[in-house]
Amino acid sequence: MWVKVKFFASLRELMNRADARVELPEGGSVEDVWLAASDGREKPANVLAAVNMEYVDFSAPVRDGDEVAFFPPVTGG
Amino acid sequence: MPVEVLESPFNPWQRLQDYETRPEAPHGRIGATAVFVGTMRDFNLDDGVAAMTLEHYPGMTEGYLERISAEADARWGLLDSLILHRVGRLAPQDPIVLVAVWSSHRREAFEACRWLMEELKSKAPFWKRETLTDGSARWVEENTRGY
Repeated sequence: MWVKVKFFASLRELMNRADARVELPEGGSVEDVWLAASDGREKPANVLAAVNMEYVDFSAPVRDGDEVAFFPPVTGG
Repeated sequence: MPVEVLESPFNPWQRLQDYETRPEAPHGRIGATAVFVGTMRDFNLDDGVAAMTLEHYPGMTEGYLERISAEADARWGLLDSLILHRVGRLAPQDPIVLVAVWSSHRREAFEACRWLMEELKSKAPFWKRETLTDGSARWVEENTRGY
């Protein structure tokens, strides 16, 4: 299956890209998406994840066509 | 209960006046209005800050703000609320955020306004990048706790 990946803010700079598309086996998790999209980079401790614009844990399942986003702690307001 | 992400500067007081005087505003029943306006400081962590760029996650940010707006409405029985938040490049003292809450009594207005701000600060996907007065730039790593 294929999923769409987005990186924001400092994580986008670390990854040198804002978007990616990755292929992974059915039944994969957000953690698997990170491994497939991060070119082997170690995951920073404070990275947050969302699937289809909802916060999730890295153990959450992903499905074909999902949008998975990774970003640092939020600093709005 | 509108929420809006704005790409250009706004005047929160003008927006409040426009919002309160629109014909469909809940006139008559309002006994309390609580307003929070956040503005950009010219310092952070003992450094001078010359400018700031705010980015967001289009779609998720608006969805999150709409959800906490609806949750505050249900929890405190609000008459109305308004949330505006800037993105893009800001200069010191530019307004960043407006949270306004209307209710019949002050307790609900104070509590809901505070809760909305803390939820927004801790979970709404916005990120700040500062340009310091010495020309260097850095991402703000985390928000200070409000409580």
